[in-house]
Amino acid sequence: MEQIIKFIQTYSLLRMLLAFCCLIGIIFANAIVMGYLERKIAARIQRRWGPMEVGLQGWLQMILDGVKILSKQLIVPKDANRFLFRLAPLLCFTPVAMVFVALPISRSLYGINLNIGLIYIIAMGSINVFSILIAGWSSNNKYSLFGAMRSVAQNIAYEVPILLSLLAVVLTTSTFDLQEIVKAQSGPIWFVLYPNLFVAFVIYLIAGCAETNRAPFDLPEAESELTAGYHTEYSGFAFGLFAIAEYGNLFIMASIATIMFLGGWNGPFGFLSGPVMGAIWFLSKVFILMLTMMWVRWTYPRVRFDQLMNLAWKYLIPFSLVNLLITALVVKII
Amino acid sequence: MSGYFSEIYTGGKSLLIGLGVTFRAFIKPVVTVQYPREKIDVSPNIRGHIELIKCNDIEAKHDCRVCGMCAKNCPCNCIVVEGEKQEGVKGKVLTVFTVDFTKCSLCGLCVETCSRSALRFSNEYELAGFTREEFHFDLIKRLEEK
Amino acid sequence: MATQTKFDTQDKHRFLLNMGPQHPATHGVLRVVLEMDGEYTMGIDPILGYGHRMQEKMGESKVWPGFYPNTGRMDYVGAMPFNHGYVALIERMAGVTVPERAEYIRVITSELNRISSHLLGIGAYVLDLGAFTPILYAFDDREDILDALEDITGSRLTYCYYRAGGVSKDIDDTFIRRTRAFIENFRTRIPMYNDLVTNNIIFIKRTKDVGIITADMARRYGATGPVLRGSGIAYDIRKSEPYSVYSQFDFDIPTGENGDSLDRYNVRIHEMEQSLRIIEQALDKLPDGPVYEKPKKVKLQPGDCSFSVETARGALTYYLVGDGSETPYKLKIRVPSFSNLSLLREMCEGMLIADLVSAMGSLDLVIPEIDR
Ligand code: SF4
Ligand code: SF4
Repeated sequence: MEQIIKFIQTYSLLRMLLAFCCLIGIIFANAIVMGYLERKIAARIQRRWGPMEVGLQGWLQMILDGVKILSKQLIVPKDANRFLFRLAPLLCFTPVAMVFVALPISRSLYGINLNIGLIYIIAMGSINVFSILIAGWSSNNKYSLFGAMRSVAQNIAYEVPILLSLLAVVLTTSTFDLQEIVKAQSGPIWFVLYPNLFVAFVIYLIAGCAETNRAPFDLPEAESELTAGYHTEYSGFAFGLFAIAEYGNLFIMASIATIMFLGGWNGPFGFLSGPVMGAIWFLSKVFILMLTMMWVRWTYPRVRFDQLMNLAWKYLIPFSLVNLLITALVVKII
Repeated sequence: MSGYFSEIYTGGKSLLIGLGVTFRAFIKPVVTVQYPREKIDVSPNIRGHIELIKCNDIEAKHDCRVCGMCAKNCPCNCIVVEGEKQEGVKGKVLTVFTVDFTKCSLCGLCVETCSRSALRFSNEYELAGFTREEFHFDLIKRLEEK
Repeated sequence: MATQTKFDTQDKHRFLLNMGPQHPATHGVLRVVLEMDGEYTMGIDPILGYGHRMQEKMGESKVWPGFYPNTGRMDYVGAMPFNHGYVALIERMAGVTVPERAEYIRVITSELNRISSHLLGIGAYVLDLGAFTPILYAFDDREDILDALEDITGSRLTYCYYRAGGVSKDIDDTFIRRTRAFIENFRTRIPMYNDLVTNNIIFIKRTKDVGIITADMARRYGATGPVLRGSGIAYDIRKSEPYSVYSQFDFDIPTGENGDSLDRYNVRIHEMEQSLRIIEQALDKLPDGPVYEKPKKVKLQPGDCSFSVETARGALTYYLVGDGSETPYKLKIRVPSFSNLSLLREMCEGMLIADLVSAMGSLDLVIPEIDR
């Protein structure tokens, strides 16, 4: 055993390969678990059973669906740009994998620790919008194009409040290093309990919903208007990649919220924050956040496009600016 | 400006109330049933395809006298009734009674016009098949099978 | 089926968008050709006929009772009033009297059907706006009605229950008990819908001032039902020319003010409450007696006759010309959704596509009824 660990440690290429495989595994597992939970929660909210047939309470359903999706053909529509059409799902999936590398899941469980981790994650997260644009444009379908255009405008508008609200935390801790930010919260008080950072947290959650195209802001795929939006023409595994990336993005969104506001891998009052327990704390916080987003999704109607923009420019951005100002003052005075 | 803040307040409140409604539904029991495993009793009055009523005290086991009123009144022309004279029996004896269920619109006119009250709706609703012919029911045969 | 309208093809920025016949928001086989400028719809051309089944011609090729089952299959969501219109037309034409108990039963079942239709309409409308959950709650409530009606009519959707001269089956105590239980239960459910949908800020923002139909416009197009009442005109055939025993009940006609989508939605919610009131009164007053007096052979004497009823979607008129035989010479059906749909073009020009979906959903169209 020791030899194996030593072997792995000496050959960094092997280590990277191993980490990469684990990452892909985690992303896929996340999509399966989230897909299952989403269906179950939606069902219970609507007073149905949800998947029940395969396995106990239908827990194998998503795996079967994954196998089914793998076995389907990817149909490339006539007159579509074949290269871009195939590129888009990969482009959607890769940034997700790359962001996962930098997430500090516990004190010692992380891919790499960057001192500009936050900037790296935000930058990677923005690539997502490219893939949607490419997918929508290359499909040669008007509905897909609508979805793509909406998505671009939406992502640009919502990047601003996300950055501004996260900056409030950065101002407080004066570092971009995610590990340092988590360590700063190891005391009894997480950042969400500061009034000004609580406002930032709420703004971040709303904007994060919009950034990951979750309902009530799922305009790029609004199925009653645009049939399925940017992935209307996709089938088979390409479609599967979009779905996996969507859940991956949701996970990233929730974990940033956890790291920045909810104390990351810290237990309450710094209780039991070792490497293993820390990971459990971290994952449970992330999952609670994601379940809340699902609950929201199955409750509200979808907003209209101009209202979405209004929400960003008229409410979220002014609030986060004022909030940032107050945070700066507080940091200066204390 | 006050409108701006009051809108945030009322809007936010309405959203929270909405979340409350779905949360209450979440913890309430499920209302659907897992059909083929569980079944709800159907009302005895539902309209399945038509069938001849069984009456045990007659030799023919049904009361139809081949008057043809049901076939004549059916708006979908899906009933075929044929009979023949047989010795020793008054009136005609039913030989063919088929209903093409693919055409039947379950209106109930045949049941109502039958002066002998020989017809009724069956309670069968689990009918599925691969060909149209499976739904050309021979009612006499079905009666005998019972 | 090519589009009739000449769209402006010179402008390079405009393009055609086919919405339907298999689009999630058109609920059925309606096809709308849109001329788009970005996300704005500049031209709208609804194309009908994908679900045409020659219902009127079928009525002219059979003896008159043969049309009973067809009446329930035009508007499959609210079939009872369609039954009612046809049998009442035959009764008026042939002078058939109906036992009083049958009339009361007709009112009760029609109003139950109206509630179930409105529930589905509201649920589907909110689904159009992107909320999945309310339609399933609506289905849950609707289930109670369908179960009760199934027990007496034998079918769940395409009823064929009324007959010229009465109804085909008497109601029993189970039905009355079920209906009363439903009324009680549903009264407590309406606040839930208000909390979840009506007062929701996103819902209000999506519907208020969207798809405004002025009273004048509604009159010009002959709109009826909740669409007309949403524009502030309190016109309801149940009040203006009371048929059956509607004149004996005390109920209000809810109206809107602005004629926008929210008003039409609210009118439907309030109409359900009024229907509950009517059912309650009818159950209290329900007389005893026979429910079906089979008329002697009815010949449709030469001449014409028409009869209007209020369906869940508006005024329905059957017009029949007889020639002395048992088969109608001419049968014309005026369906409410057709006139309501014709508002679409004037209402939606220059709108965002998201608003178009919202406005179209608020008309509560049933496409097979339009195509017949
Ligand atoms: S129910 Fe109506 S359509 Fe069916 S067989 Fe009887 S008369 Fe014909
Ligand atoms: S109407 Fe009755 S008696 Fe006459 S043929 Fe039909 S089933 Fe037989």
